[in-house]
Amino acid sequence: MSGTFVGMPAFPKAAHDAVRNTTLRANLRHATHTIRDKRARAVAELDDWAQLREAGKQIKDHTLRHLEHYLVQLEESVTAAGGTVHWAADADEANRIVTRLVRDTGESEVVKVKSMATQEIGLNEHLEAEGIHAYETDLAELIVQLGDDRPSHILVPAIHRNRGEIRDIFEKEMGRWGRPAPDGLSDTPAELAEAARLHLREKFLRAKVGVSGANFMVAETGTLVVVESEGNGRMCLTLPETLISVVGIEKIVPTWRDLEVFLQTLPRSSTAERMNPYTSMWTGTSDGDGPQTFHLVLIDNGRTDTLADEVGRQALRCIRCSACLNVCPVYERAGGHAYGSVYPGPIGAILSPQLRGTTSDIDASLPYASSLCGACYEVCPVAIDIPEVLVHLRERVVQGGEVTRRGAKVTLKPAKGHAAERAAMRAARWAFTHPAALATGQRLASRTRRFHPRTLPGPGRAWTATRDLPAIPAEPFRDWWQRTDGGKDAGK
Amino acid sequence: MRVALFLTCVNDTLYPDTGRAVVKLLTRLGVEVDFPAAQTCCGQPHYNTGYRREAEPLARHYSDVFGPGLASSDYDAIITPSGSCAAMVRELYPRMGERARAEGRGDRLAATLAPVIPKTYELTEFLVDVLGVTDVGAHYPHKVTYHPTCHGLRSLGLGDRPTQLLRAVKGLELVELPGAQECCGFGGTFAVKNSDVSAAMGTDKVRNAESTGADILCAADNSCLMHIGGTMSRLKVGMRPVHIAEILASTEEDPLS
Ligand code: SF4
Repeated sequence: MSGTFVGMPAFPKAAHDAVRNTTLRANLRHATHTIRDKRARAVAELDDWAQLREAGKQIKDHTLRHLEHYLVQLEESVTAAGGTVHWAADADEANRIVTRLVRDTGESEVVKVKSMATQEIGLNEHLEAEGIHAYETDLAELIVQLGDDRPSHILVPAIHRNRGEIRDIFEKEMGRWGRPAPDGLSDTPAELAEAARLHLREKFLRAKVGVSGANFMVAETGTLVVVESEGNGRMCLTLPETLISVVGIEKIVPTWRDLEVFLQTLPRSSTAERMNPYTSMWTGTSDGDGPQTFHLVLIDNGRTDTLADEVGRQALRCIRCSACLNVCPVYERAGGHAYGSVYPGPIGAILSPQLRGTTSDIDASLPYASSLCGACYEVCPVAIDIPEVLVHLRERVVQGGEVTRRGAKVTLKPAKGHAAERAAMRAARWAFTHPAALATGQRLASRTRRFHPRTLPGPGRAWTATRDLPAIPAEPFRDWWQRTDGGKDAGK
Repeated sequence: MRVALFLTCVNDTLYPDTGRAVVKLLTRLGVEVDFPAAQTCCGQPHYNTGYRREAEPLARHYSDVFGPGLASSDYDAIITPSGSCAAMVRELYPRMGERARAEGRGDRLAATLAPVIPKTYELTEFLVDVLGVTDVGAHYPHKVTYHPTCHGLRSLGLGDRPTQLLRAVKGLELVELPGAQECCGFGGTFAVKNSDVSAAMGTDKVRNAESTGADILCAADNSCLMHIGGTMSRLKVGMRPVHIAEILASTEEDPLS
């Protein structure tokens, strides 16, 4: 299992197998369609949805514009509440900080909950290499971890698995990690949940260190917020003596009041619930209640670089609701793994190439992993115009240009492998700005239409592999228009 | 009323019947149609593939052909039988102007594009909103299912305009397409760059269409119809993809062939 998935093949290749995996397709189709219909109903219940969406967008934009100010304020309030703030510029630094903090407690085990940020930086693998075991406690994360698998969805990381597969994983793997699965485990949700509960309970009661993420951080009070459905998060946040929260710097909101908006839009967008079952908030430490030591590790890892991009920065508004994944027809067929990151689906397609840059194969292919149908933008509760950012990143891939990497301006060269396409686009531009040449080309195509092949060579082969080409008409429209004087002499 | 027909490069080259249908339909409704011969492509294939700077000359060309300036180009509206090309002009031309400005290239591009943007209409939008008709006097005795293409649906917000028009067609039985709002998987260069996923989406669309029992699948965009029709032909599904303009142009005296 790899946390950061670098070295992944480009998206089309990664999607190739997924598209042919009928179990995966069926699992995904069922799950996404159920949740997308429910979401639509939950959202339709609020007549001020459009205003809430706009408010969420504005709050996030305002915060991002004044990020420095709010981060400093957050550090002050966390410190005042008895916590310690650490700053990590990248994944390595974050991993080193967390490892040191765990080492300082003398423990070699941690329980973890709700943290995409730690997956983004590959913390589990790093800890493992340092001899520290990290146990995932979110049900879906547990399934992923036990199955030596990778998450494939933001909210339901094991969405690609069905109940039968989960039962098999529990039966086979639980014993190696702690309490084994009960004998004769069936694949009913209740029994599976009970097995997980028993397995995890043991870990919660033993663990001295918890590692979490957060959905929001409130600058004015230094409060962190996690919303979840299982209650495991709450155990993880309150039982251990030391709590280490690893959070991306963009997760900040200025005031407690701002949560009002997101606590309405997030659950409806993600699980189609009016309110999420568990909302846990923690502010520093307090005597005799909850963790006695609290560390907040704030990670940048490409975020300020993303912030420097005028069009792309809107991706940082994301509240990880996963609504865009659930409506995405490409995600539904390609599966989450094809995106090569903990952030799959439409948001992953715009976030990963910004956080990691567009230089690897997978990152350069992600902006093309969309038909630009716009369904993601339509459902996004913070109105991220994902298609706009995709096209913007395509431009970066094919044309290169100036970007910010690690705080410095660098000029990217166009990605390799686009030379033929670039030449074709230029030729097309030339023809399209020279109508006479275009007309000649059309006439030639019409005249030779009997000789046109039904299968195309080169990149066109991808088209004719599954679809037939339209027949070339005997006469392009512009010739008909001329011949018939605008249709007036159209005898036929 | 005098309008300019922007047929789009795909229609002109591969689907001239659509253009003839639009001319026939609008003429029947008393609209004078002109076809400025210098027109080519709106630039969407370039823009959406990441070649924004290559798309700029095409956008300028569009403005030269359809905008004020040329004596002959004083049109009341520019009509196109393509939701996706209309969306390019209306939604993305303004954005191109803004980007040029943000890159310190001044207001020239935005100023050049400004006159054509509000005048450009997708066909069904023009019929319902500008001409104020839903019954265009068409006759088409077939069972039809309608696929709302993504740009028409989400960028232009065509809503039920196309289905209003179809419902008023004599003899036509309109049946609902399951999963109608899902993308067919065309997406321009997406169909080639991610052909596996595109083909899977196209197949699902065709299977849904097949389940309606309709003999015609109708849409307002020939590029999506090319993808869906190509898939139907390969899967040997006995349905025909037809552009909405051809249905609306069809009459009892002069039926669609
Ligand atoms: S991009 Fe929008 S819809 Fe997608 S996960 Fe983020 S907030 Fe949700």
